Amino acid sequence: MTDVSMTVNGRQVTGSVEDRTLLVQFLRDNLGLTGTHVGCDTSQCGACVVHLDGQAVKSCTLLAVQASGSSVTTIEGLAPSATELHPMQAAFRENHGLQCGYCTPGMIMTAVDMVARHGADLDEKTVRDELDGNICRCTGYHNIVKAILSVAQSMQGSGEGQRIAAE
Amino acid sequence: MGVEGIGASVLRKEDRRFITGRGRYVDDMTVPGMKYAAFVRSPHAHARIKGIDAAAAKAMPGVIDVLEGSQLKADGIGNLICGWAVNSKDGSPMKMGAWPALAFETVRHVGQAVAVVVADTKAQARDAAEAVEIDYEVLPAVVEGPAALQDGAPQLHPEAPGNLVFDWEIGDAKATEEAFGRAAHVTKLDIVNNRLVPNPMEPRAALGVYDPAEEHYTVWTTSQNPHVARLVMSAFYNVAPEHKLRVIAPDVGGGFGSKIYIYPEEIVCLWASRKTGVPVKWTSDRTEAFLTDAHGRDHTTHVEAAFDADNKIIGMKVDTVANLGAYMSLFSSATPTYLYATLLSGQYDIPAIYANVKAVYTNTVPVDAYRGAGRPEATYVVERTMETAARELGVSPAELRRKNFIRSFPHQTPVIMCYDAGDFEASLDAGMKAADVSGFEGRRAEAQSRGKLRGLGMSCYIEACGIAPSKAVGSLGAGVGLWESAEVRVNPVGTIEILTGSHSHGQGHETTFAQLVSERFGLPVDNVQVIHGDTDKVQFGMGTYGSRSGAVGMSAIVKALDKVEAKAKKIAAHLLEAAEGDIVIENGEVKVAGTDRKLGWHEVALNAYTGHKLPDGMEPGLKEGAFYDPQNFTFPAGCYICEVEVDPDTGKTEIVQFVAADDFGRVINPLIVHGQVHGGLAQGIGQALLEGTRYDESGQLITASYMDYAMPRAWDLPMFTVSTTETLSPSNPLGMKGCGEAGAIGSPPAVINAITDAIGNNDLTMPATPEKVWRAIHAA
Repeated sequence: MTDVSMTVNGRQVTGSVEDRTLLVQFLRDNLGLTGTHVGCDTSQCGACVVHLDGQAVKSCTLLAVQASGSSVTTIEGLAPSATELHPMQAAFRENHGLQCGYCTPGMIMTAVDMVARHGADLDEKTVRDELDGNICRCTGYHNIVKAILSVAQSMQGSGEGQRIAAE
Repeated sequence: MGVEGIGASVLRKEDRRFITGRGRYVDDMTVPGMKYAAFVRSPHAHARIKGIDAAAAKAMPGVIDVLEGSQLKADGIGNLICGWAVNSKDGSPMKMGAWPALAFETVRHVGQAVAVVVADTKAQARDAAEAVEIDYEVLPAVVEGPAALQDGAPQLHPEAPGNLVFDWEIGDAKATEEAFGRAAHVTKLDIVNNRLVPNPMEPRAALGVYDPAEEHYTVWTTSQNPHVARLVMSAFYNVAPEHKLRVIAPDVGGGFGSKIYIYPEEIVCLWASRKTGVPVKWTSDRTEAFLTDAHGRDHTTHVEAAFDADNKIIGMKVDTVANLGAYMSLFSSATPTYLYATLLSGQYDIPAIYANVKAVYTNTVPVDAYRGAGRPEATYVVERTMETAARELGVSPAELRRKNFIRSFPHQTPVIMCYDAGDFEASLDAGMKAADVSGFEGRRAEAQSRGKLRGLGMSCYIEACGIAPSKAVGSLGAGVGLWESAEVRVNPVGTIEILTGSHSHGQGHETTFAQLVSERFGLPVDNVQVIHGDTDKVQFGMGTYGSRSGAVGMSAIVKALDKVEAKAKKIAAHLLEAAEGDIVIENGEVKVAGTDRKLGWHEVALNAYTGHKLPDGMEPGLKEGAFYDPQNFTFPAGCYICEVEVDPDTGKTEIVQFVAADDFGRVINPLIVHGQVHGGLAQGIGQALLEGTRYDESGQLITASYMDYAMPRAWDLPMFTVSTTETLSPSNPLGMKGCGEAGAIGSPPAVINAITDAIGNNDLTMPATPEKVWRAIHAA
């Protein structure tokens, strides 16, 4: 067992884990943050995407000990407050970018990272290419792509980009 | 329509929890003292179990117990069954082989559960499962349907000689032969409908809890139909008495059919909880899902269609081998028979049809209903045939279809179904206009100038939904009725709870069902709570599959709302001293028509519960239930047009446009309905281009992860052009037909028709991978 310590959604957390414990298992089983999902065993589906020090990563492909000392944001920590939504969360709802909801947390975390890197320049082809690591079986991606583009477009000259990027 | 009533694109009520990570799926559940199960699974496709040695595993850290099939049998847990009896054409019943939840004599597919380890942690359970020693005597295996029927093929079940489950027929063989005898042209095709793995993104899971004090069982499970699961587990598998078993299907992450069935794992989790005295949770990993979730399709078909000199189709004969896998899953017999061959008339007036279906056992994962369930297979047969015939006859595919459309309703087909309503020409016209078919040749020439092969393909599908009239399916062998139930509870403050036997696993019922209340009483959807998925809360219901929750589930809600409305009007008439017939309910108010006398909806509700001013003899309360049994199937239909561009150097296909023009009858929420079509199209295009389930000759599934099985990614798909026309179904109160499966049913033939048009070679099987397309180009 190894002690780990990290900041998760702004809160300092510690735990003692088996060396083989994956970050996603630490988040779900130790911290009870079950919004981050597991959909495959091979790092393909992206249901487990979280932000590690501001970058989208697959939490099934990192050991918890590798994340020790880092800052992690999960879907539960994305919204600015309990009553507000992050613009990407709102866009997924407004565009019907989710059905069963299982891939959704990973999709949103990937999408936030994508928009933070590309800003208003994001186009449909880039969105589709960058969703390579996130699988959805319900939506045919149509409304997911629309949701992500709508957030990117809303950033044009609004200063919104900085806020998303800083998250 | 009100702003949140029928026809409004209301944003989904359920989304907030999913986008903030507050969904609650089975694997998210924990209960005190919970332990973890890991299954020991067969690495062989066919083998006799000579011995199981669990001693080393039992001694490992954290292990509570290792349980085997012989113990399961000794405890009287019954075999898994198929719930739909199909007879062979000679009248003999289908041949069902025994399927124990844990194998103890023979394993018949890779991944079949043989033993289960229960341990303190998931990791300990998996470590110990690897230490269970099983001595197998490996037997020869067979994986392809037609091969299983050959003389000398390995035999799977003593109950089914020759691996033949049934040899079934439908239609009039003599009339069909006569039609072929006078045909001016016969089109013949050999078709393989490829085996698919459903792959909902949430893997299956089960958490079984036995309470010895109450002798009561609870299971949280990833089910599309928790009441059916409870019924089957108690009545047939003897896991627990029905009144002592609570089945909860909370948020479920997609199903597509694969979560209809009751699998060995949930049975074993409940039984193991009783055996070990601890709550037991199992969560499938993705490879286990590939190895155990019921697969879909897997038909091998020969079809012939006869045309007269005027290009009218006068007969069709179909010969299909349906691979059912190693065991008969719950509805596996119905899928390649009553859900398949009954749709072989398509949208066309075909006077004579005959179909023969042989269902066979193989050493593969059991096959059952997967999104569309039989109707995609039928549509693929009919629409590949029509497109091929048009090419052979030298006429336009659209015009050949138009010439043969059914135009008057009701229309009795030669294969049971009676189509009640439709306007196939309207869908065809809408599709062709949206796809700018008239401009296609110009686009083809332009593509050619860039060295690309452009093709256009269409598919005019029809399917049967609204399953199903209970008497009709009962006469065809179904073991259950297929009605639906609803209860509408008006609370004393006027808010409303709808308890439904339907189950939502992505379909947005919490929103769509609430819209019915908004339409009826003018209340905001936020004042409505839709409750489903818990046998302790909801009255018996049949669940969600076959696009039935609109046409059947919502019809039950309408019936219950009718009763609530009638009672509310009686109460209001009494309070307002008006005639009952003068009371109208709108915008959340109960009014006397033509006057300014009115009450708030909440005032009527409160009075129902205080009982202070009810008409004499009226019971207090405002709560009504209803069961709705459909009068007929419903028949969604439409026209799908696919345009592709193929790179002749690589064989890579790009879908440059996909148009769906559907007739779903009444649409309650267009946003959600279009979303259902998008998802169905992705699965159908996935079948056509990407998804191939491959076994090697020894029966190893070599596509058992997302590294080997090509799931559609965002970059495989275009933006879709989706629209609906509306011919109301006369068979239910809202005129709905169902929209959940159409996309997956109609799209595969459109894609293959487009590619074969582009490359000029009709000999192409699904999935049309770049390699296959490249070979077809160079063989042409």
